[in-house]
Amino acid sequence: MSTVKVELIQAANLSVAYQDKLVLEDVSFTVREGDFWGILGPNGSGKTTLLRSMLGLIKPFSGSITVLGSAPMNLGAKRDQIGYVPQHAHIDFNFPIHVRDVVLLGRSRKIGIGRRPGAKDRESVDKALERVDIQDLANRQIGRLSGGQRQRVLIARALALEPDILLLDEPTAALDVTAAEGFYEWLHSMHLKMKLTLVLVSHDVGVVSRYVSAVACLNRRLVAHGVPAEVLAQDTLEQMYGCDAMFFGHGRVPHMVVLPESQGEHHHD
Amino acid sequence: MTELLQFEFMQRALLVATITGAVCALVGVYVVLRGMSFIGAGIAHASFGGVALGMLIGINPFFSAILFCTGVAWGIGLVSESKRIHEDTAVGIFFASTMAFGVLLLGFLKGYRVDLFSYIFGNILAVTQFDVWASLVLAVLVVSLIVLLFKEFLFLTFDAEAAQVAGLPVRRLNYLMLTIISLTIVLSIKAVGIVLVSALIVSPAAAAHQLTDDFKKMMLLSVVLGVSSTWIGLFLSSWLDSASGATIVITATLIFFICSAFSPHRRNLRRRLLTLRNDVGS
Repeated sequence: MSTVKVELIQAANLSVAYQDKLVLEDVSFTVREGDFWGILGPNGSGKTTLLRSMLGLIKPFSGSITVLGSAPMNLGAKRDQIGYVPQHAHIDFNFPIHVRDVVLLGRSRKIGIGRRPGAKDRESVDKALERVDIQDLANRQIGRLSGGQRQRVLIARALALEPDILLLDEPTAALDVTAAEGFYEWLHSMHLKMKLTLVLVSHDVGVVSRYVSAVACLNRRLVAHGVPAEVLAQDTLEQMYGCDAMFFGHGRVPHMVVLPESQGEHHHD
Repeated sequence: MTELLQFEFMQRALLVATITGAVCALVGVYVVLRGMSFIGAGIAHASFGGVALGMLIGINPFFSAILFCTGVAWGIGLVSESKRIHEDTAVGIFFASTMAFGVLLLGFLKGYRVDLFSYIFGNILAVTQFDVWASLVLAVLVVSLIVLLFKEFLFLTFDAEAAQVAGLPVRRLNYLMLTIISLTIVLSIKAVGIVLVSALIVSPAAAAHQLTDDFKKMMLLSVVLGVSSTWIGLFLSSWLDSASGATIVITATLIFFICSAFSPHRRNLRRRLLTLRNDVGS
């Protein structure tokens, strides 16, 4: 019963390379139980790579990353404690599948190869749907949903194993500004209600910093990390966006800085 | 029509047609949804090399084709794992080279082998008792794997990355699926032929996708349409005295266009827009 919060994710001098290009360099930070981290940075800053390292989808080049005390690639059954919400762009929303079945997929490993889902699995699916408040959409094909609803389906899938940590990749990339604001508010309330540790990756500095408890500003290296108000000073943003800041203009208001980048990512059905 | 069925060769043909139509259509659902049509065509053409190899060394081409196709399928998988080479490119490399390999081997064969033509374009009326059993065994194997790994293959097809994160053996599942596609192609060669088989894999599944937005229903519909294609094609070909493989494939293609024309997706578009609008409003 120590008062020190458990360390869930730890990166120590982590460097990651794609082929011969170093995408992340010497990154160190710690995510503790109950944290709400926003990993911020421009396109190509390595933030998605950092998330992929946490998920065990890419090996470190040097340094280390541990999740729940193990290398992310060898988590074994501890894998179930981590939920992953991918970007919309990775999903084919024309796929002939209904909301309930998408969420059920989240339990695949637990159900086991060659086995059919049981009552407990269906119960968890119902619970996950209820948590994200889309029970009424359970029997809809996923293409027949709005951007925000699609987001909730993917979150429900990640919640189907009742994880302790939720990792989200650009969760609002497919949402418009108002919907994004509403989404973060909702996510924040879930974070408080479920005591869920959250790590999300975003380029949306302005909105994110209002809800997260800690930010990590990336531009290949960790430019700064800590409490949003302290980290997101003018010089950090300039460091983070580097020469891009010139292109964006000198923004005093953080989200103005990244506005041109987000324009291309609006959702279209 | 009924008097045709009194012939033993016609009974065998119908049996193999049914098996081929059903298995191709079933596997086709994954091929269509994962966007693997080109891989399917690539593996199919590779079977030419396998058939030629079997003829040259004097074993039943059926067995050599199984080994050769599976090998090539894994080769495509292996090459496309490297980030520098796109999957599409990997198929392109194997597609023609394995056919070239087959042509080279045939050059060493003394005398021209007539039945090669039936491997390329299919000749369902020439299937032997061995072909019936061989395709039956492969079909049972393929269907069992799909039933056993139903939700794993569904996850892989829908969102491979999330499946990997969730701890599924995605790499092994992927190679297993490539193997399943290879086996399906080999069991279909006699019925529709090397160059035509990919149409029988893709068309019924694509047609079924036009008609439903439920995965299991898509599988069921695809199988119904696939078997219908082979039956209608087979009877048409004996009625018109046309090449069986080609007639079956043309039938499958026509069925696809008919299904597209009557797709409820189009009708639903208006309704869907209305629902979306209401959702946003509420």
